[in-house]
Parts: sequence; C-alpha cells; structure tokens
Amino acid sequence: MKEYKTDVLIVGGGPAGLSAAAEAAGAGAEVMVAEGDLHLGGQLVKQSHKFFGSKDEFAGTRGFEIAKILKNEISQYGGRVKTFLDTTVSGYYPDEGAATLMTGEEEYFRVYPRKVVVASGAQERLIPFPNNDIPGVYGAGAVQTLMNVYGVVPGKRVLMIGAGNIGLIVSYQLMQAGVEVAAVVEGMPRVGGYWVHAAKIRRLGIPILLRHSVKRAIGDVFVTGAEITEVDERFNPVGSPTEIECDTICLAVGLAPSGELLWQAGCEMKYVPNLCGHVPYRDRYMRTSNRDVWMAGDVSGIEEASAAMIEGRIAGLAAAESLGYKVKAEKFEIFWARLKNLRAGEVGDKIRAGVAQVVVDGWEAK
Amino acid sequence: MKEDDIVVCRCEEITLEEIRSWIGKGYRHFDELKRILRVGMGPCQGRGCRDIILRELSRATGEPMDKIDPGVIRPPVKPIKLGLCAYGKEGAPI
Repeated sequence: MKEYKTDVLIVGGGPAGLSAAAEAAGAGAEVMVAEGDLHLGGQLVKQSHKFFGSKDEFAGTRGFEIAKILKNEISQYGGRVKTFLDTTVSGYYPDEGAATLMTGEEEYFRVYPRKVVVASGAQERLIPFPNNDIPGVYGAGAVQTLMNVYGVVPGKRVLMIGAGNIGLIVSYQLMQAGVEVAAVVEGMPRVGGYWVHAAKIRRLGIPILLRHSVKRAIGDVFVTGAEITEVDERFNPVGSPTEIECDTICLAVGLAPSGELLWQAGCEMKYVPNLCGHVPYRDRYMRTSNRDVWMAGDVSGIEEASAAMIEGRIAGLAAAESLGYKVKAEKFEIFWARLKNLRAGEVGDKIRAGVAQVVVDGWEAK
Repeated sequence: MKEDDIVVCRCEEITLEEIRSWIGKGYRHFDELKRILRVGMGPCQGRGCRDIILRELSRATGEPMDKIDPGVIRPPVKPIKLGLCAYGKEGAPI
C-alpha cells in the first residue's frame, strides 16, 4: 500500500477546504486536498446564483465563478498543494495519526498528515413517507447537480418540498431550465429562505403552500404524483389530502453535517439543532478537542458557503501555525471580524446561538 | 400512513414499520438496531437513515435528541473492496 506524508491533509475540496488549503499553503505548509468528486469546488460548481453578503466573500459573484477564483488562488502555490480528485478519505486512525484514502474504487493508500482539516461538508436529509423509494424522488442537491453540472433535467413537472434557500433557488433554476414547478410545500408557517428568492418564484406564479407536507408519493414504477396535506404546528396532518400531478418530488428539507471522520478522530461532539446535527466542540481557531484536527464549513454546522470560506481560512491558517509556520496574527482578527459581520443581525441569530453552544475558550483552558 | 411502505434505510431496505417494531421489542440503541437490521451498514454507512432512526428512538424513549447516542462510527466511511486492503506495506498481497 502506498504511503504519503504531508503537513496538512484537507478533507474536502469545497469552499471551506479550498480556503483552508490557500491559507495553509500561503503560510508555507505542504498541503494535500482530497476531494471525493471529479472536480474541485464542492457545491459551488453547481451554484449559478449570485452570492449575497460582503465583498470579501465575493458578494455579487456566481457560485461556480467563486470556485474558479479559489482554484486559481491555490494554483499559485504550485506543488505545495497537491489535489487528489475522485478520492475519499475513508478513515482516520488517531492512534497512528493515519488516514486511509481511496481513489476511484481501485486505489487505496495511506496518508500520515501532521495535521488534518476536516471540511467534509454535509449530507442531504430525507424525510420518511410512503413510496419514498421510487424513482422520481430526489434530493434538491442531486437535482441541482443533474441540471447545472450535467445539463440534464430531472423531469417535466416537479413538486418541491421545502421553502428554505435551497428549495427556493432550485425551484427557480428548474423554471429557468424549462421545467414546470407545481408548487413549493413547506411545513413551517413561514418561508425559511430569503424573501428575495421567494419573491422571484412567486412572481412567476408558483404557489408556496405553507403548513403543508408531503403525505405520500403516488406511482408504481416511478412518480406520477404526490399527495400533500395541511399540517398543524406539530406537523400532524389536518383535513383531507390534495393530489398533485408531478413526475418528480424534490426534497429540500435540509442538510446534516457529515462528521464521520470527526467521530473517528475522537472529537467531542454535541447535538445542536441550530447547527442541524452533531457537531464538534471548537475553539475560535476551529480546532477540535483532538489537537491534530480542525474543521471548517458545513461539517461544523450548516451555514452558507460564505461562512465556510472564512472558517476554512481560519482553520488552514491555524493548522499551519501549529506546525511552526509563521503567520500574521492580525489575519485571525480580520477573519473573525468578517465572520462576525456575516453572522450579524436577525438572519444570524440561529447560527450565533448554535455556535455559542459548542465554542470553548481554548483547549488549554479546558 | 402505512409504515410498511416507508423505507427508512434505502441501502438495506428497512422500513419504518420494522424500526418501530424492534424499538418496541426493547432495542433502544442505534447500534442494537444496526446489529439486528443492518441499518447503517450499507453503502451510505448510515448517512441517510441514522438521523431518522435517532428521531424514532427519541420519540419512543421520550429522551431529547441530544441525549440519544448516535452509535459508534467506524472506518471506512464507504465500502472498500476487501482485495484493496489485502496488501502489505511493500505493496505485495499478504
């Protein structure tokens, strides 16, 4: 079995991982980025919408363009950043400080990193309803990949479940691709995503049915429709169901952090609903209770790519610093300020309250 | 809602009815359900079903989600051909 050594192994080549790679390599560290997909950029590559937020996090730029900017940034460090595509970090063994990696399904090798940044992102949530395993039931992320990366539409008429930002944005993109959207169904009494996204699809006449949920998928071989029903505040169905004709049911019901490697590394974890699942305790440098492991992006709690990029920069810089590479201390102050700015105001309430549950003053103090 | 039509673990094709019935029999830990039903042992290693099953456990036991043990998460995170592991350091098959 082949073995490699590196200063910093970065798990995931999405917005958080690439930002971490840029900072760690910028400080002088040898970096290895393992990306499970065939290309770098993570979810950015399928995001055709323009980002909000601040200029520092590329507000006004489309997601896939941001991926290119980050790739260019790491390419300036030449051989100091090695990227492995189609490569999954399949395990982390803290006692040996070893990670096992698999490229495709035929190459299996070991890496001994001095430090690790886990930026493994998130997994789409599913919800249980009868017939949810027939073809035509998709995750919204999968639909976005099909359309925006591979140029394939999922069907002719879609029922979208979930009115968060992903549900709203993907609904709009479906319509841009010429697919009919029957309705957007949302269990909560209000739209979870930004109003600007909701307004866009409402202007096109798509109903957003609040306090509604999917009851079951209709179809023998594939989806031919869906039964939806009104729900009360405890999500119990009320009244009689309505049948919607559609060939695709698209689930945009949230994401859950993919923290498998953090569990394997023995990081102290906590279930935090505001961050959408089990996430590690961390200090301000994004270091976990395992001193060799940092994290960034959705794996630390579900948030926007803008926050993931700043967290990545903090984690990458901190990992390099811990190895003795000289970093400018004021850089941390700048990143923390940017993160604070991004999480300010009402929209950041949920994230701030979530992070407060898992942030520690510093592992030395503990 | 017909629980036997609701697939919770797609990899191993385990339905909500099976999960609830084994919880009813006293299987009150994710790892116990995993051993009896193979939930979380398929290609996705529980990324799809773990969350739903933990919620079911929370519902059945009345314990909040943060008190429900998600079980032990071991390598590998996705299936690996056994042959790939059967090589020693020198690159020769063991």
